[in-house]
Parts: sequence; C-alpha cells; structure tokens
Amino acid sequence: MKEIKYFLLKLIDVTALNFLEPVVRLCYGEEPKVQLEKIGLYILVPMVAFVAFLGLWWGVADNIMTKSGKVPTPPVVWHEASSMWSQHLAAREQRADFYKKQEVRVAELEQKLAQLETPQFEQRLEKTKADLEKLEAENSPRAKSKRAVYESMASQVSNLEAQIENAKTAQYAGAPTYIDQIILSLKTVFFGFAIATAIALPIGILCGISRVFMAAMTPLISLFKPVSPIVWLPICGIIVGAYINADNSSLPPAFISSAITVALCSLWPTLVNTALGVASIDKDHINVARVLRLGFWSRMFKIIIPSSLPLIFTGLRISLGVGWMVLIAAELLATNPGLGKFVWDAFQNGSSQTFAQMFVAVFTVGIIGLLLDRIMVIFQRAVSFDNAQAMAI
Amino acid sequence: MSQHPQDERFVELVHLVKAYPNPHGDPINVVEDVNLKIRKGEVISIIGHSGCGKSTVLTMVAGLNPITSGGIVVDNREITGPGPDRAVVFQSPCLLPWMTAYQNVMLGVQNVYPHATKQERKEIVEYYLHLVGLGESMHKYPRELSNGMQQRVGIARAVALQPKVLLLDEPFGMLDSLTRMELQQILLGLLDKTQATAMMVTHDVDEALLVADRVVMMTTGPRANIGEIVETPFARPRDRDAVLEHPDFYPLRGRLIQFLEDEGHRRDAAAAKARSERDGQTVSAVEEEQVVGVEEVAEASAEAAPMPTTPLGETLDQVHSEQHVSS
Repeated sequence: MKEIKYFLLKLIDVTALNFLEPVVRLCYGEEPKVQLEKIGLYILVPMVAFVAFLGLWWGVADNIMTKSGKVPTPPVVWHEASSMWSQHLAAREQRADFYKKQEVRVAELEQKLAQLETPQFEQRLEKTKADLEKLEAENSPRAKSKRAVYESMASQVSNLEAQIENAKTAQYAGAPTYIDQIILSLKTVFFGFAIATAIALPIGILCGISRVFMAAMTPLISLFKPVSPIVWLPICGIIVGAYINADNSSLPPAFISSAITVALCSLWPTLVNTALGVASIDKDHINVARVLRLGFWSRMFKIIIPSSLPLIFTGLRISLGVGWMVLIAAELLATNPGLGKFVWDAFQNGSSQTFAQMFVAVFTVGIIGLLLDRIMVIFQRAVSFDNAQAMAI
Repeated sequence: MSQHPQDERFVELVHLVKAYPNPHGDPINVVEDVNLKIRKGEVISIIGHSGCGKSTVLTMVAGLNPITSGGIVVDNREITGPGPDRAVVFQSPCLLPWMTAYQNVMLGVQNVYPHATKQERKEIVEYYLHLVGLGESMHKYPRELSNGMQQRVGIARAVALQPKVLLLDEPFGMLDSLTRMELQQILLGLLDKTQATAMMVTHDVDEALLVADRVVMMTTGPRANIGEIVETPFARPRDRDAVLEHPDFYPLRGRLIQFLEDEGHRRDAAAAKARSERDGQTVSAVEEEQVVGVEEVAEASAEAAPMPTTPLGETLDQVHSEQHVSS
C-alpha cells in the first residue's frame, strides 16, 4: 500500500499536478485536517470561482442581443461542443467506410487483372503483335484493322492498371472536422516552434558566451522583439509565396507562412532566457572549467548547457505559449486551415450556431494552451537539477 | 626530502603585487611585494584576517586571478593561467550538480589522463574516491550528499589530477566543527600518502598548525604582505592527537594568535585615525578615505561572487550587465 502511495505522490510531483496531492494523502488518512484544508484551498475554491464565472456569463449573455442572435450561454456552448464532437465521429465513420469500400474495389480490380494476365493471353498478344508487324511490313490493307485489334487488347491491361492505381490513391474528400483542424493547428505550432528553437538556442548561447556577439545582437533583438504577428504575416506570406507554389508543394504556403510567423514571434523568450542562462552561470563552475582546462565543446556540453537548461526551458515554455497565441491570429489572417480559420469561417457565417462554435473555439484554445504549458512544466522540472530530487530517488 | 636545488624552490612567488581599482578608478595595491619559496612536498598554510588578501594570493597562484606585477614560478615554469597542475579545492565544494560524485571527479581525470584507457581512468577515479571515504556513495548526486561529503568529492577531484601544487582555499570554512575535524584528518592522510606540495588558506589557527609544515602569517591589507613565517616541528605522518600533545603546539598557537590580534589592533587604529582625521576635515582625509574604500573593494573581490539572478522577462541590456563569463 505504501508503495502505491509513494508512486502516486511521485507521479503527481513529476506531472506537476500538485492539487491532487492532498487527495492522495487524505485517502491514506494522513493528517485529515491539514489535507481537507488544502483540498478546500486548491480544489474547492477554484471550482467555486469557476461556477461563479459560469453564472455571471449566463446572466450577462442572456441580456446581450446581437445580429447573430443572443450571446450563447454555457448550456448552448456545451450543446454545440457535443454536437461538434458527434459530427466528428460521424465524419470519421464515413471516412472509414470510404476506405473500406476502396479496399473492396481494389481487390475486385486486381482479381480481374489477374484473370486477364494468363499465359494464353500473353501468347495471343505476342502473336497479334507479330502479325501486325508482318502486315505492316507488307503494307497490306489489313494492317489497319489488325492494329485496332492489337491496341484494344493491350489497352485492356493498361486500363485495368490505371483503374487500380486510381482506386488506391483516391483520398477521402470530406470537409475537415473540428478535431482535424485542431490537429492541423498543433502541427503548425510545433513546426513554427521547432524553427524558433533552432534559431533561438544557438544565437542565445552565443549571446551568453560572447560579449561581442551580444553587443551585435542587442539592437536587432530590441528592434524586432516588439513587432506584432500581424505585421510579420503578410511579409512572410509574400516571401514564402515567391518560393513555394501552392500546387506542387507538399506543404501549403499558408501553412509555412503561418509557421514562420509563429517562429518569428516566439523565438524571443527562448533567445533572451538562453542568453541570460548562459551568461549567469555560477562563477565557481566557470573556475572549475578553467582549472581543468576543459576544451570548448566539453565546456559547452558539460558545464554551460546543463547549467543553463532550467532557464532555457523557462524560455521554451514561454515561447510555446506565445506561439500558440500567435498561431490563432496567424491562421485567421492567412486562412491556413486550423482553429484560426475555423473562427474566421464561423464569423463569416454569422449564424447563432457558428456564434456558439466560436465560444467552443475559445475554450479549445485555452485548454490546449494549458496542456502545452503543463507539458513544458514537466520538461522544465525534469531538467532542473535543484529540485529534481524526486526524479532521482 | 629534496635532492635537487630546484626542489628547494619548487614554487616561488616573486615580488607579487595585486592591485584593484578603488571607487575612483585609481589602482591600489591590495597585496604588495609577496615573496615566498615553497619546497617540493612542503605544505604551507597562509593565515590572516579576512579580506587581507590571502585568498588573492592563492587565486593568483591558481591562475584564476591576473597578476598585476611580479611573478609566480611553479616547477621552473612561470604560470600564465589556470591549469590542472595547480588543482584548487574551493571553499564551497563547487561540484557540478548535474553530475554524480564519480562524474565530477572523472571530468578532470579525462582531461589530465587523455591517453589512459577507460578502465584505467575508472580505477583512478574510484581509487581517489575511496581515499576520501566515498567508496559507497560515489554514484550519488551532490544534492544527495552532505556538505562534508561534497567537500570530500572536491578534494578527491583536485588530488586525482595529481597536481604539482594542491591549492586549498579555506576548504573547511563552511563545515561544522565535527565534520571539519574529520576532513582535516582525511586531508592529512592524503598529503602524507601523495607527498603533495600544497598551499592552504585558512583563518583557523589550529588548522593552520595541524596541516602545515610552515605557517605564513599575512599582515592586514591594503598593501598586505608576509608578516611572519613559523615552522611547525610536528612529525609526518601526522595525527591530531600527536600534534595537540606536542609541547610546542600551544606556544606556537599563542604566537599566531598574538600576531593576528596585533594586526587587528593595527587595522582598528588605522581606521580610527582615518575617521578622526575625516571628522577633523584635515587635508589628508580624502587619501585615508580611499584606503578604506580599497579595503572594501578587495574584500568584495576576494569573497563575494556576484549572485546570478534568474528573472524571466529581463531585457538583454540587463543580461549584458550581469554577464560574468568574462574569462
């Protein structure tokens, strides 16, 4: 029993879900009074506040009339969310159906092809071809009709092959569901975040270790850091459009320009925090490196990077948060399929149903942002050597 | 102990000067004209009031602190920067928290024995960790070790480099007295075993006598200098009880304490004089004030490392001003 308790407590610590800790401790009868107090503080109070918020929303929403109808109340939004979910499930079913049918069709065609391609058929084809060549060489009038026979025989095979190919590559063409759009948005944000990290980490480290580089970068960083995503987006769109064609690229240009916009806006926190982390390494650790005469790479990977990892991850966490926020705006403007475009389409539609869908989008963005942040917190804890005690034991 | 004449001056400090700028930017000599010869295998301890520049001398020998003028020769070679031939045991253990005790020691061993095989290196690291009594916990992280155990790792890391001179900068200053006694005993054992040449800065009179062959007493700064040097008559290998029972121990201890007290009075008198002159608004008040200022600068430079701050939304200008990687 004790092992399970320790395991649960460790799990809570690792996942940074500290509000669950008093619940586990209470279950094991540990100082019930203290735990109840904590449960009240960390679970009950937030829940009461949330319920109060819902009540306020309901009260206010009922009294606001717009041209898309009343502002949706919590139950309306909830209803819309569940109907969006069931739409998603239905679409998934349809898609599964489509691919199942496709499989059946491919199997049928392949069977036909196999029946056709017998040795006898090959022989006849060869013979017809030989006859044809002979007649053509003789310049006989029968050559024309022979050629028609030969071509129809040969086209039987190629027709079937083309049909199989078509059936295999056909894609389900239903509209993307809400969940598909969330997934697209996540792909875009991670792509942009990866670009941002790839740029910000090396530059941040260089800024931290070299005063000259820092002096060179400071004006650029100060200048571009405050620039809003709304400005970057059209610029990125034009530049990306010059190099990437919408028709022949595996990644659509709207996706790439959204991702680059996300990168341009979210690289600053990582850059600044990395520079700070590297620049504020414990002087004693630098002295150790000097006494041991560690080489550049050894200094980099054994001292500089490990010691600045906690701050680097703090920066990454802020960056991902910024990136997610920027993404919605970027998608909305670039009409890159995703949550932002979903909101835009809902706005264009203007019905009371799509009004409720926009509220669903607000909560979706919030919940996903929260989850991303939690994930980063977990990473941050894992690399922080000061309070990683629980991980090591 | 020494066969060759150069062994008599294995480590030599010649006219060593260290100047720090005072608040007005003028250089003031914190340490002035320090001359010292150390034999091969000899253990020297340096005592003095805090802020007197004893740590400054040690960090200059380590190469971590640039020399203003004069020079330091170790084994016939003038030193130009830090290196593993002058391993340092710092006051705080300075272990890298993301590495185990074993990895911390291995970091140096890897660099100093580049041609050794993996197995040989492993044996070296394990040997020294066993010597300091950490055979059982060599794969623990620093945070899992007590302060005393961390400092043992620090000592093992330094000794494993087989340095020409072992430099100890108040190595037990942060430990409680019981742990300190334990570690002193371990250090004595190591010094006997390795026949190392060593230099230890301390402000503990008993520790200075217990560990050293010669105790160097420094005058109070600024312009700190070597005041007196006493030889200790205690035989090696040493142990605490034998030293404490030695008839010369208490007289020597008295002499050291007398010296420190005299220096303390001298400093207080100088400070009082400066104050009274300043109050009297004499012409020389400015000069005296400078001297007091320098003392503070020296102390700050010697003791206090700037604390790294970790706020999130700082601008790069602030990062820049807080940068201390200016090696």
